[in-house]
Amino acid sequence: MRRFLLAVALAVGLGGGAGANDTSQPTSDWAAMLAAAKGQTVYFNAWGGDERINAYIAWAGAELQERFGVTLIHVKLADTADAVSRVVAERAAGADQAGSIDLIWINGANFAAMRQGALLYGPFVQRLPAAERLDLAGNPALTHDFTVPTDGYEAPWGGALFNVIYDSATVAEPPADLAALLAWATAHPGRFSYPAPPDFIGTTFLKQVLYALAPPGTDLTRPPADAAAFATATAPLWAWLDRLHPQLWRGGQVFPPSGPALRQLLSDGEVDFALSFNPGDADSARRQGLLPNSVRAYLLDQGGLANTHFLAIPYNARAAAGALVAIDFLLSPEAQARKADPQIWGDPPVLDPARLDQLSALLPPPLTTLAGALPPPLPEPHPAWTEQLEAAWLERYAR
Amino acid sequence: MLLLVLPVASGLGSLLLAALGLWAPLGATNGAATVWQDLFDAPGLWPAVARSLTSGFAATLLALAATLLLLAGAGLRLRRWLGRLVAPLVAVPPLAVAVGLAFLIAPSGWIARLLSPWATGWQRPPDLLLLNDPAGLALILGLAVKETPFLLLVALAGLGEGEVERRLLVARSLGQGPAAAWFKVALPALYPKLRWPLYAVLAYGLGTYEVALVLGPTQPPTLAVLLLTWAQDPSLALWPRAAAGSLLQVLLVALALLVWRQGERRLGRLGRAWAARGGRGRLGWSRAGGGLAWLLLLLGLGALLVLPLWSLAGQWRFPAALPQLWSAELWQRQGPLVASTLGGTALLALATTGLALLLTLLALEHETLSGRPAGRGATLLLYLPLLAPPVALALGWGAALAGARAIGSWPALLWSHLVYVLPYVFIALAGPWRRIDPRHALSARALGLRRGAVFWRVRLPLARAPLLAAAAIGIAVSVALYLPTLVAGGGRFPTLATEAVALSSGGDRRLLAALALLQALLPLLAFLLALSLGRPRRFRRPPQGAIT
Repeated sequence: MRRFLLAVALAVGLGGGAGANDTSQPTSDWAAMLAAAKGQTVYFNAWGGDERINAYIAWAGAELQERFGVTLIHVKLADTADAVSRVVAERAAGADQAGSIDLIWINGANFAAMRQGALLYGPFVQRLPAAERLDLAGNPALTHDFTVPTDGYEAPWGGALFNVIYDSATVAEPPADLAALLAWATAHPGRFSYPAPPDFIGTTFLKQVLYALAPPGTDLTRPPADAAAFATATAPLWAWLDRLHPQLWRGGQVFPPSGPALRQLLSDGEVDFALSFNPGDADSARRQGLLPNSVRAYLLDQGGLANTHFLAIPYNARAAAGALVAIDFLLSPEAQARKADPQIWGDPPVLDPARLDQLSALLPPPLTTLAGALPPPLPEPHPAWTEQLEAAWLERYAR
Repeated sequence: MLLLVLPVASGLGSLLLAALGLWAPLGATNGAATVWQDLFDAPGLWPAVARSLTSGFAATLLALAATLLLLAGAGLRLRRWLGRLVAPLVAVPPLAVAVGLAFLIAPSGWIARLLSPWATGWQRPPDLLLLNDPAGLALILGLAVKETPFLLLVALAGLGEGEVERRLLVARSLGQGPAAAWFKVALPALYPKLRWPLYAVLAYGLGTYEVALVLGPTQPPTLAVLLLTWAQDPSLALWPRAAAGSLLQVLLVALALLVWRQGERRLGRLGRAWAARGGRGRLGWSRAGGGLAWLLLLLGLGALLVLPLWSLAGQWRFPAALPQLWSAELWQRQGPLVASTLGGTALLALATTGLALLLTLLALEHETLSGRPAGRGATLLLYLPLLAPPVALALGWGAALAGARAIGSWPALLWSHLVYVLPYVFIALAGPWRRIDPRHALSARALGLRRGAVFWRVRLPLARAPLLAAAAIGIAVSVALYLPTLVAGGGRFPTLATEAVALSSGGDRRLLAALALLQALLPLLAFLLALSLGRPRRFRRPPQGAIT
């Protein structure tokens, strides 16, 4: 144990800043890293709610075992916050070298919390040979997580894009924008709903509405200046929701707890729309028989909120070298292409297509609006907005 | 005795630690006053408290009423048959019951599908507020469906065979109607044995998170679910609030139990007066009450039945009464997962149950030999983990185990399960054990058997059926545990419970049904085994070596 910790320390210490402009040829540091990683067991804490993702992770584990002698164990989480609180508990108890988590699938508020609490290992992204294939300088989506700079403490793994799913057999003309959505919901009471914030799909829906309705000049990339600024910016949002809620499924008295629960309601015929953050979700659900073949996904006219999901290593990981090797493999063209395959998972890759022509051929066609346009993605607002939106929503609708 | 109390006491210690805010993540506490102020200002706190209280009380009363009224009309034969029916139902984990029931009674559920469109005219599910209703009716129903079999099982064990029949016979010969006789002479003998299990049921109703998550109100949810949301908030700022809320929940449960105890006393007094008046009651309405119990049991069975259906559904859209496409693909895909988790789950359950049986037998034998039954204090301590809110307890353990660097270790996991399994095993075994006629042991001693031999060859064989039943209950409890497994195992020991919850977050009902079914299967097997092995044995001839 102590020996490979030393090896990791050496590898990491020597590697500082050197890897960025190297070729993909493993540096001597990386060779040391591979040696340290060999034989390690990496506990990968990742949301386990999707069979296909689980199967993909199992595949990656088998490859890692074969190629690098690293054992990857998928700890299936119901909620990533479980892993965050476990690291917090370990920190509080002083378990600074004996963490139970080596690798974590993370983004948004979970990352912000861990970063703020100094609970992450790093910076490490520049040390990965795979950094070469990422457009870190040109694509801010890879270095910012809900506007918070990642500073190399997490490596991008895949993309997400907010989209709307409907059943073309029951809805002839889906609403193209939020105004049309309100009109549609009013004409079809009880057939639309959204997950209750703070579920992230529900919160994303709020942010999507906020983007459309916030008074001109509202800067969502910075935290709201004060409570009054937040109130001004969100007043149209609440007014809109106040009109929408009576028209919702169950009269807005009950909300589905999560995105998948909403999708289940669509499958049961209780509602006509589902909301998703994965552009491949509708396709994937169709293939799995979770939704009928007639479902379609599209973007609202304003564009979809987009973000990136990442991989990070807790500060007290026991197998940091193994985790780094695992991340590097997950960012390989092969692993990313497999992940992007709609038959396998359908998760957008993060590798720079310009530096990787083999990938672009494999990508599924992008989601468009109903009119067929490809609006630019909406960036995530600053996490302070997320936090305050959730709190205000609970205050208003969950008293 | 110490052996019995130690794991529980340590669990409680960490609970207190967490609830008093002595343990805060990242050392961020702003003093107790701000924490409590923050708790009381939290959106939805008081409605959540009210919802917890009403659903807990209503469900317990409903389950108790159903149990008593059903038994009032049940003869010895029906009781034996009932015992066999409810034992497997007790084994089904709460999450499985909740999920199954939700699919049964939802507007798009199985009942609606069976009746649509021919009887209801519904081509699409109606927009009815049947699940997650703000009044918590669905939650009350779910809890009652879950708890009625448990109370029935405890009551059936408490009634035993024969003795109550004699009492009833006397009462009937004095002209009492069957139900009136039952309430006048059988219930007073039975209730003391039901008391603590009832407290556990009430506390469970107030503290449950699994059932409340699926069936309970949402905006706001019950207090247990609210605490869980706070504890899981990634900003970590809500930890102190969750801890203070846990303490509030402990107080609420304590208060609720006191209220129940008072109600118990008053009703007892009224009942005695009624019996002493000596009228010849008939109580015709008790038959209708028995119907209520049957309804609850049927819903429980229906919830179980719908699980295999969903796990085999390729496609099942409203309003088809059965899946339009059947597919075993899911089971094939999940084969490796099942193989890897089933073994670990079974091993953990067996190890915990074995240890719990050992501790229980040690305590009970000590009690028998010393001639002093465990005091009320010991009973209270034993029951504390069942009375303490599970969310708070689990959070406390997380802190304690991290402090001991024991998260993710097998002993920690075993210990966390033992705290829940031990009380149930003790409850299941203590009554029958204490009821063993001491004259058996006396005769054996008189015939020259040593104390140890009396234990092994007289008491243990006499308690075989309850021993096996206790083991089955222990296994059922262990298999159903989610939060303790997650916290103590550090996610490194996947069991059917943790996998079921993780996969259910993806919303694939077929997968959830399959895992819930598997989760029910293990304890179900244990119960069937206990039933078949626990049949009374008839001696053809006097056992050899009884006289030395």
